[in-house]
Order: sequence, then C-alpha cells, then structure tokens
Amino acid sequence: MRDKRMTADEVVGTIKDGMTVGIGGWGSRRKPMTLVKALLKSPAADLTVVTYGGPDAGLLCAAGKVRKLVYGFVSLDSIPYDPWFKRARETGAIEVLELDEGMFQTGLRAAAHRLPFLPIRAGLGSDVLTYAPELKTVRSPYDDGEELVAMPALKLDVALVHLNRADKHGNAQYLGPDPYFDDLFCLAADRRYVSCEQVVEAFDGPPQTLLLNRMMVDGVVEAPGGAGFTSCVPDYGRDEALQREYANAATDLGQWPDFYERFLG
Amino acid sequence: MSDITRAEVCVTACADLFLGAGETLASPMGLIPSLGAKLARLTNEPDLLLSDGEAFLLTPESTVEGWLPYRKVFDVVAHGRRHVVMGANQVDRFGNQNISAIGDHARPTRQLLGFRGAPGNTVNHRTSYWVPRHSPRVLVEAVDVVSGVGYDRAAGPFHDVHRVVTNLAVLDFGTPDHSMRIVSVHPGVSVDEVQEQTSFPLVAEDVGETRLPTGEELDLIRTRLDPHGKRDKEVPQ
Repeated sequence: MRDKRMTADEVVGTIKDGMTVGIGGWGSRRKPMTLVKALLKSPAADLTVVTYGGPDAGLLCAAGKVRKLVYGFVSLDSIPYDPWFKRARETGAIEVLELDEGMFQTGLRAAAHRLPFLPIRAGLGSDVLTYAPELKTVRSPYDDGEELVAMPALKLDVALVHLNRADKHGNAQYLGPDPYFDDLFCLAADRRYVSCEQVVEAFDGPPQTLLLNRMMVDGVVEAPGGAGFTSCVPDYGRDEALQREYANAATDLGQWPDFYERFLG
Repeated sequence: MSDITRAEVCVTACADLFLGAGETLASPMGLIPSLGAKLARLTNEPDLLLSDGEAFLLTPESTVEGWLPYRKVFDVVAHGRRHVVMGANQVDRFGNQNISAIGDHARPTRQLLGFRGAPGNTVNHRTSYWVPRHSPRVLVEAVDVVSGVGYDRAAGPFHDVHRVVTNLAVLDFGTPDHSMRIVSVHPGVSVDEVQEQTSFPLVAEDVGETRLPTGEELDLIRTRLDPHGKRDKEVPQ
C-alpha cells in the first residue's frame, strides 16, 4: 500500500490560482489550520473557498486569497462574528454564495454522488434564491408536483480536512463527538488531503470512528496541533485566549501585522 | 410572588412554546429559550429531546441518551420532528427573520452570521423566535434579508412559524392574513408600550397577560436550571 505522507507545503503546492478549495470542520471546530497557514503563505490566489466557515474563512479573506466564498455561516462559535469576514463583506472585497446549511450539505452530497443536483426544500421562499439566481428549482415528476430547490453539486478541486489520527495510507479517524462533513468534502473533491494530530501504525477505538478510508485520501500530513486554536477534542479544546487575540487583532488593524507574523510563525 | 423577574416570565413563556410537542427535538438558541426548553421537559413536556449544543442528546440528569451530530440534525430538520427557537436580528410583520446581513446583501452595512439553518428550518418544521430586546430596530416593517421564511412567502407543506417571545410580550400570527398579533403582554408592560417598540401596527384584540411561573417552576429555574442568575443579564428587570 502506498505511503501518502507529505508536508503541508507540498499539499498547498498543488493548489493553483482559481481553484475551488473545500475546508472541513465546522465554525471554530477541527479546522485544518496547519494546512490553512501553509495556504496563507503560498502564492495561490483567486480561490473559491467552500466552508462551514470559521477562522479559516476570515484568515483567507485577510490574506486576499478569496475570490468567492461559499458558506452557510461564518462564526467563531464563542465569538459570534469573524471580524475579517465581516470586513471582506462590508467592503465588497469578495463574491459570495451564501447558502442554508442543509443546502450546503446537499450540494456536497450531489458532488460526492456525481449528480448535477439534488432536491431539497430548504431555500424556498427565502432570499438564498434571490441573491443566487443561478440556483434553480425543479418540479417533482410525481403526483404531488411539489416545487423544490435543485441544489447544484458543489464540486471541489481540493479538500483539506483535519482529523485526530491517520495512517500513512490515508485511512483516518475522528475521536471527537462529531464527524462534521469531512467525509463529504473528500468525496466531493478531485484531490483530498488530511492532516492529523498523529500518524499511527494501527488505530485504537471503535472502527466506526474511521471516517475516511484510503480511497478518499491522496495525502496525509502529520500535524500535531494542526487544528490551531480551533477545537480538536479529545486531543485539545479550543484555545479561547488565542482566538480572542485573533479576533481583537482582526478588529483593531493596528495589532494585525504583529499578530499575523507571530501566528504564521 | 412580587419578586418574580421579567427574565423568569420570559423563561416560562419559552417553556410554553413546547406545549404539546411530545417526542420532538427542541433546539433552543440562546440562554432564555434553553432554560425554557429544559423547564418544559421537567414539567409539562417530559418527552422532549434536548441536545448539549454539540453532538449528544442528554437526559435531565445529563446522561447521554442519543447521538446527534450535525449531519443527523439535518436529517431531523428534513424529517420535521423539531421545534427550533432562533434569535432574530430583524423580524417583520409576517414572521420573516434576518440573521444574515443588515443593508444590501451585495455589500452589507453590517454582515451577520449568514443564513445558517433558517431557510431550511422554516420550510420544514415549527419555528419560534426569541427577541431579548424588543425595539423598532428588531421588529421591522420588512427585513433586509429573508433568512427565516415568513407567512407572506411561505412555501411547501410544512411551513409553521409559531410564536415570537420578546422581553415585552408573546406574539403570534393567528390572524386571517397571518400578520403579527399580541397574544399577551408580560406583567407590568402595556399594549401601547409594545406597539411603540414595534415598527408596524400589531393586531391587539383580546390581549392577555403572560402567565407568571408557578412555585414549582420558579424553584426549578432558581435552584436547578440557573442557580447563578445568568437569565437576569439577558433580560434586565
């Protein structure tokens, strides 16, 4: 079996201008921050970033990497709003596709299943469709004739996810309470990279925690602390102090260059 | 019972949102709705299901009785056995709610959270709103962005916006055209005051007074659910 271990820089070296990059985790939870940091330092630009947004969204906006953001929300959880994302929106710096959370999942699932779209009720009547006129509805061909949203596939060039454990072949395990949608991100992407707290020879714990198998993964990065200040339980919780520093520096731009330099290391 | 606080009245008003819910997932956002849902389960609605805000369903004794990560929450949303109580940066006469952005969505004056689950919640199952500061800036003639879908834009067979509980009153949409009406004002609040704090005319016929918590409910709120009195910070007296 292949050894898929690589470095974070090698991963982001595959990301070219204009690509669509999906980022796993949820809000400020289990974000692949080591890979995001490498992306911040890389020359890649004009990206479409697809994320249940946390500080990954804010940081990539801060670095000017984002042409378009596809999201259901952006939040730091314990801090409701990400200041960089707010600024990017309020200055008109980025294009957006703002979706309902369930539509987002349905779009990933359509991509994962190689379907052009999947039907969902979410979005009907709301302004999701007003601001995204490219989203169409479809009528049930059965007797009910109900009109539904035809959520188009959210196809990704690259998926970046962070899990607790992986082996060198790309099997990977989450040990926290929630898998989030990391498996769907991988299935929706052409190339899939997982960072992990630890590369192991054999997995402990129930096999049901093995979220990703090696068919779904092209590269493995061992990155202890790789979720950064976002939570990666049970290995560590969110570093609330560092997150607050991030949010403060992102709000008061006088502090930003100093913070950003220290943050990138 | 003159020492009952406004926050405690709001907690029982939120608990009453779940009357008749049975084995339904209660998804309260924010402190007062959470206290209300827990109170409902300890009193009138023992069959309610409640999560820890992460991925577990917990019993009143905080033991795990189920696993509900986000992917399974989305299944419950679509399946419909859920009553969500969301916040609202804006809510309008027909129950449209905005948590996305203030101003023009293309370039908002104030970006908020985003649509989150509001569009899906409101077309799939019962939805209520909690407004801790009832004011003309929140209760608006028309929301800037429709996140949660109101009655004038209702779509599909499952739309059900139930009630709006605020720090002043309980409101619903039980009028012929589904425009908002006052169900009850909280003790010490007048109908005029509620109207003054609302940007559109409210229907105000047969307005009652929001009930006070019972002795049992007060005891549960004060000694078991919120012994440190966080509720009074969210709703000042």
